[in-house]
Amino acid sequence: MTRKIDNPVVSLVSRLISPFIMLYALYVIFHGHYSPGGGFQGGTMLAAAVLLLRLSVGSEISQLQFRKSWGTRLGAVGVLIYFSTGFLCLLLGGKFLDYKYLAKILPVSEVMARSWGILFVEIGVGVAVMGLLVSIYDDLLEGNPNA
Amino acid sequence: MHPEVEIIFFILLIITALLALNVKNLLLAVVTLTVFSFVSALLYVAMGAVDVGFTEAVVGAGVTGVLFVVLIFKTVRRSSD
Repeated sequence: MTRKIDNPVVSLVSRLISPFIMLYALYVIFHGHYSPGGGFQGGTMLAAAVLLLRLSVGSEISQLQFRKSWGTRLGAVGVLIYFSTGFLCLLLGGKFLDYKYLAKILPVSEVMARSWGILFVEIGVGVAVMGLLVSIYDDLLEGNPNA
Repeated sequence: MHPEVEIIFFILLIITALLALNVKNLLLAVVTLTVFSFVSALLYVAMGAVDVGFTEAVVGAGVTGVLFVVLIFKTVRRSSD
């Protein structure tokens, strides 16, 4: 942020905690169809892990973890994953996001194809939410030299 | 599920909402709003809506607080009342 205080305790603790937040966020995304959570919550937690380092060690150094230009691209990639899953079901003969028809190209049964389809959609949502939330933070601090 | 727990949460919710509206320091108001969000997440969980409570805890107490703090540092207070 605007102050230039290098507190070793804050930077060390946030650097230590950020990967574990990301790990838990991945658990939330990949377990979203068995337990509470899902793509949006997991993506927001991934973004919170990035924003923690952005706040504590500054925007310059945290570019090493997540670059400023990746935000919008990850958002586009996430939307692409979501809609390609949906339209793949449409092309394979079903309705939009009708995961049962994914069993024609995946080597699983129809029941497992539904589970895999929901997983793909949630990965897409999580990636899009993470990229765009970090992108909002970076756009707010645009042009601030000592951010 | 537990009415007395919910009553405690509702009282905390009203207290934090009034504090966030009436406090003069904007940074303190953001922190109080985060506490409001977290207590409402606890209230959702106590009422059985675990997914809604999870979303409220992650979004309300995690990301919007950060965005509000950034906006406070980007703006200036004009009036001195």
